[in-house]
Amino acid sequence: MNGGQDLGGMHGFGPVEPEPNEPVFHAEWEKRAFALTLAMARPGGWNIDMGRFARENRPAGEYLAMSYYQVWFAALESMMKERDLVAEDEIAAGHSLHTPKKVERVLSPADVLKVLHRGGPTERETNTKPAFKPGDRVRAKTINPPTHTRLPRYVRGRIGEIERVIGCHVFPDTNSLGAGENPQWLYTVRFDGRELWGPQGDPTATVSVDAWEPYLVPA
Amino acid sequence: MAHDHHHDHDHEHGSELSDMQLRTRALETILIEKGYIDPAAIDELIETYEKKIGPRNGAQVVAKSWVDPQFRKWLFEDGTAAIGSLGFGGRSGNHLVALENTPSVHNMVVCTLCSCYPWAVLGLPPLWYKSAPYRSRTVADPRGVLADFGIALPKDTEIRVWDSTAELRYLVVPMRPAGTEGWSEEKLAELVTRDSMIGTGVAKSPKELT
Amino acid sequence: MSDHHDHHHDHDHSELSETQLRVRALETVLTEKGYVDPAALDLLIETYETKVGPRNGARVVARAWADADYRARLLKDATPAIAELGYAGRQGEHIVALENTAAQHNMVVCTLCSCYPWPVLGLPPVWYKSAPYRSRAVSDPRGVLKDFGVTLPNDTKIRVWDSTAEIRYLVIPMRPKGTEGWSEDKLAALVTRDSMIGTGLAKQP
Repeated sequence: MNGGQDLGGMHGFGPVEPEPNEPVFHAEWEKRAFALTLAMARPGGWNIDMGRFARENRPAGEYLAMSYYQVWFAALESMMKERDLVAEDEIAAGHSLHTPKKVERVLSPADVLKVLHRGGPTERETNTKPAFKPGDRVRAKTINPPTHTRLPRYVRGRIGEIERVIGCHVFPDTNSLGAGENPQWLYTVRFDGRELWGPQGDPTATVSVDAWEPYLVPA
Repeated sequence: MAHDHHHDHDHEHGSELSDMQLRTRALETILIEKGYIDPAAIDELIETYEKKIGPRNGAQVVAKSWVDPQFRKWLFEDGTAAIGSLGFGGRSGNHLVALENTPSVHNMVVCTLCSCYPWAVLGLPPLWYKSAPYRSRTVADPRGVLADFGIALPKDTEIRVWDSTAELRYLVVPMRPAGTEGWSEEKLAELVTRDSMIGTGVAKSPKELT
Repeated sequence: MSDHHDHHHDHDHSELSETQLRVRALETVLTEKGYVDPAALDLLIETYETKVGPRNGARVVARAWADADYRARLLKDATPAIAELGYAGRQGEHIVALENTAAQHNMVVCTLCSCYPWPVLGLPPVWYKSAPYRSRAVSDPRGVLKDFGVTLPNDTKIRVWDSTAEIRYLVIPMRPKGTEGWSEDKLAALVTRDSMIGTGLAKQP
């Protein structure tokens, strides 16, 4: 979606401000929000693409005004409510009021490191061939889905070059909607700074994105 | 360019802070009551990312690549496997690509769309990496961003910015500082800063260690 | 997200009185420094609250419906045609009239801020200046029309005009059936503000 999260090239945010000796978490609640999100993924039954969409799926002004973990927490709440795992009245009350749904794979402490170590690989087997090879010139399509996509606005319509054929990976545009993993060939596509930003672009800089084949056409 | 760049931090104080505390505590209570989560697993997750998984992992990878030419070759050919051989991998590290900084090419990593970051080798990302200034400017003005970090590269250095839009996670391998011949991997790892592995910094020089 | 929503309103309440205080303070300072004349401020406010408004544009449209020669002048060069009725000036120095037909429906937006033809419509409503309209009118005009309860035939083309320069657009809605022989005053009463932006149609008799 063309939301507040699609920040590449936006102006007005000021300088980058690193915090010296920054702690991993800035507040106790951030730790809990982080861990609850990870722990609920399996019982909740959502995939990472659904999670990303849930985070960005709000008015841009709200997204930009919220802190990082506030966004995580809001998405956790909305995903659970959507799936009838918790209800608004329970959140207001701070207690379970309705019968829990039956869930699978509640994360046990013993499994934490194992699950983290397994992660979530997205490469899938295929018998299709990639449409592009390194060196090919491609144009990123002009698409404007109101739902989740990983093609940022700043490259849409722009011409770049295939740098690498990565492999066949789960396609977030469909996976985020529960419409299937639908794995597609994934490429690293490199764009010249001037192509992206015009004469103001840095001539010594290039930018790459990792783009799935449905995002690209030959240029 | 009017902005209140402290808004993010101010917002976290006072009533909003206790508001978020109450809400997360309430939700955690509900989820425990419903049996969806095991509170001990929550504690374990927090402990893992506060104490166990962090940039020291990536520093180890980089240091090894500085002393071991075969490992270095493997690292750039197959980052996931090479890094996996050191025991690092898994969540946000299933598909790792190492990027070589050279005198003519400097690499920088960003996730404009959210905060994708190689947790397996760097731990959780710092706040600036996840915030609007970095996410918006790095792809358009990498030199300006480097200036915010006090880094000025030669005018003809090529800067490659990598926007992590898919599940690939990128680890920048900074250049080895001069004056470190014969150093052990352990000592070399101390020169490798977190920022140098994102591309917003360079490795420390031997002087900076003392 | 109800807590967050409430928080936002609370934030607004204290910010509203804070804004009131700041505006009042600034007005006092500017008056004390002799930079502004408070009577002129009052007149500016009165002008746009009571004197300049969509009734002006409604008269222009009514005349275009009743008088074919005027309609032709209006569509050819709207600024002087509108000035014939006494309407001119700020944010209307370059007006273009857009004729709605069965084949084409026009909608006006300013995605970048809130440009609007003040001399004929007065000041724009909040929805016109807000993010939902500004973001969606150019990408989903039929969806926006639906928000206004308007459904056009599938084969009517929609033309959206983004007012990015100083040209200001006035939509001339289609004349409703059953109004033959009506006086201009009676016709003007059918012309809604929204029909002159393109988010509505003229009223039926």
